[in-house]
Amino acid sequence: MIIYGVGLLALCTLVGVVVGDMLGVLFGVKSNVGGVGIAMILLIFIRIWMDKRGLMTIETEKGVVFWGTMYIPIVVAMAAQQNVISAVSSGHMAIFAAVATVIVCTLTIAGLSHYKKGEPLPKEEEFNLAELGGKAHG
Amino acid sequence: MAETILSGLTHLGLVTAFALVALIMWLSTKLSKYLTKGRVHASAIAIVIGLILAYVGGSVTGGQKGITDIALFAGVGLMGGAMLRDFAIVATAFEVQASEAKKAGFIGVLALFLGTILPFIVGCIFAWLFGYRDAVSITTIGAGAVTYIVGPVTGAAIGASSEVMALSIATGLVKAICVMVSTPMTAKFMGLDNPRSAMIFGGLAGTVSGVSAGLAATDRRLVPYGALTATFHTGLGCLMGPTILYLCVKLLVG
Repeated sequence: MIIYGVGLLALCTLVGVVVGDMLGVLFGVKSNVGGVGIAMILLIFIRIWMDKRGLMTIETEKGVVFWGTMYIPIVVAMAAQQNVISAVSSGHMAIFAAVATVIVCTLTIAGLSHYKKGEPLPKEEEFNLAELGGKAHG
Repeated sequence: MAETILSGLTHLGLVTAFALVALIMWLSTKLSKYLTKGRVHASAIAIVIGLILAYVGGSVTGGQKGITDIALFAGVGLMGGAMLRDFAIVATAFEVQASEAKKAGFIGVLALFLGTILPFIVGCIFAWLFGYRDAVSITTIGAGAVTYIVGPVTGAAIGASSEVMALSIATGLVKAICVMVSTPMTAKFMGLDNPRSAMIFGGLAGTVSGVSAGLAATDRRLVPYGALTATFHTGLGCLMGPTILYLCVKLLVG
């Protein structure tokens, strides 16, 4: 059932965020420490575990995959609620500092990723749900 | 008549948001295909349209939350809020190859530390250039260059003035928007075509919003790898900002 996938995703997210909040309290910072990352790692391991036991059905996968594909629309909605006015009108210092930061980071990323190149992902194929389910079960 | 429709749409805020974003996605797919011949990713165009809407919303209402300050589009706030954003990011982990993520483990951690320290130094230098001389203000602005959450958290912890806090948030916000817009353009230069470099990018570029939007506009499949490291970025910044980084600045400027 699709709801099992959604429920699994919800469980991982909740556990991750709560653990992240607890880490924040532990380190004495007013922020969540890696909650989403912990949830992602949890989901990856539960998936491997369920795959091995044949518990991960196509229907269950669909419940998770749907939310993954909703990701970009959600990011668009996120962009539409940024305080762009304040960012644009905040004066020269904020803009100079931010642009310089992005330039420095871009150069560093280029340096680090060319230092030892990773395997590029294969050319993107048309993404479809049936294929994703099929790969795991075919 | 118009009022009935309007109140209906306002009442079903989240559903209205789905329809609006679907329309933006459709529009940007067409723009990408016919206007740029597919050179500019549709997601990148959609994100820029989102930012323009945020600007319009902000200038119409004078509020701080972009288009969501208009009652009709309040549902966009729920759709793009932290709850559904985190939920969807976790779901993208389904496409992560565990072995790829493991291979980039060490370099990811290195990128995280560099991603906190380098922006902080750049931010501090600009704070100094623009006439700030006290350790508290310099640290707060430097922390803002890490992310727009690290800035105010650090500022509050070390007692910065609200003017400096606002400036620090603005720096982080401009940085996040710069990352969203510049990533698709500089992706090739950064070698952003594999999980390893996506994890480096996530650690260095910081801010989940900037990284996730930037990667989404570059190659959707890289999003989970970048998000995996970016999610530790704010926490690490909040940890280092008011403590070790503040002490370093204090030693330097006295």
